[in-house]
Amino acid sequence: MATIRIPTPLRKYTQGQEEVQVTGDTVAAVLAALEQSAPGIRERIFDDAGKVRRFVNVFVGEEDIRFLDNLQTPVAERDEISIVPAIAGG
Amino acid sequence: MTAPLRQPRLRAGDLTELVGNTPLMRLHHIERGCPGVELWAKCEFTNPAGSVKDRAALRIIQEARAAGLLRPGMRLIDSTSGNTGIAYAMVGAALGVPITLVMPENVSVPRKQVATAYGVEIIYSSPMEGSDGAILLAKRLVDLHPERYWYADQYSNPNNWLAHYHGTGPEIWAQTNGRVTHFVTGIGTSGTVMGTSRRLHELGPQVRCIGMQPDDAMHGLEGMKHLPSSIVPHIYDESVLDETMWMSTEEGWDMAERLAHEEGLMVGHSSGGNVAAALRVGKALAAEDKPGVVVTILCDRGDRYFLPLKWEKHYLW
Repeated sequence: MATIRIPTPLRKYTQGQEEVQVTGDTVAAVLAALEQSAPGIRERIFDDAGKVRRFVNVFVGEEDIRFLDNLQTPVAERDEISIVPAIAGG
Repeated sequence: MTAPLRQPRLRAGDLTELVGNTPLMRLHHIERGCPGVELWAKCEFTNPAGSVKDRAALRIIQEARAAGLLRPGMRLIDSTSGNTGIAYAMVGAALGVPITLVMPENVSVPRKQVATAYGVEIIYSSPMEGSDGAILLAKRLVDLHPERYWYADQYSNPNNWLAHYHGTGPEIWAQTNGRVTHFVTGIGTSGTVMGTSRRLHELGPQVRCIGMQPDDAMHGLEGMKHLPSSIVPHIYDESVLDETMWMSTEEGWDMAERLAHEEGLMVGHSSGGNVAAALRVGKALAAEDKPGVVVTILCDRGDRYFLPLKWEKHYLW
């Protein structure tokens, strides 16, 4: 199972959980699985065209998926996926 | 009531004299979308460290030193998403005050690098906790080392909004010859909108002052705060505002692009959100055939948000 780290503004979809365990072998697959356990979260991450929103950054380990294979980036069993928003305030 | 403008800054005795007194620029191309209404923007990127935050940082440090709160041997500490940190770093270097910044680890790389260039200490908080995580970490550090740190606390420090009450507000009034009808800007700490609005309401009670917020907790208007899901800044007082406007990230980002393409203003996304909000105000007036002079803020320049080149990506974290 891979671990998805959830940022504060999205934890209302995960009952406050900071991490969610999911299965899937690509970023697209684990994010689809995330929607199953956290309904509603998908449209906060993706735009209407199904792309990751411009201001949302998804990391596999330490790497931004924009520098990898985007949604087709492979995910291994113990990978950590982070969804990182922009920063607010001052 | 009028407030005299300072002379143009042709010469400065020291760096702090370059803070504030920024130009007000008319947005001729954008205002075509609201015929009969003037759109004007305060060019805060002309401050010496490049953002509107120079004003608050300077006043916070000057007042703390004058009051004996920030004593020799102590470090100023605060949490920041970047621009306030860079501003503290600049003022601190110029006045000889050591600075410690607590920033979420995911602040843009150029901000980290600029702050570092001034010689400050940076402590990173979790990228998953945003600016609220940085606030909580700064407070913990101050509790642990009260003799080492003076906590500037930009979210609660009245000198944050007072910088705009004494600076931005009277400047806008003088630069528009008292013609300003609307002031609208986004909320980060709320210092700009609180101080400027308070002063404009005193100078011209008919001026409508509007606070803009991102329309969702998960947004990309860096530096702006969605208050319903955040630690509300202590200095924020909703009763000062005539209206709150909710802005989508897409609308703000698109306007930032238009400003670069059409006005030659390469500004950050928060500035895009601000001008998008000003245009909404202008369009509402134009729809009713009403004139208006709408003023907003250009917080900083867009180059502060550039990502590193691909082969530099190890700098990202």
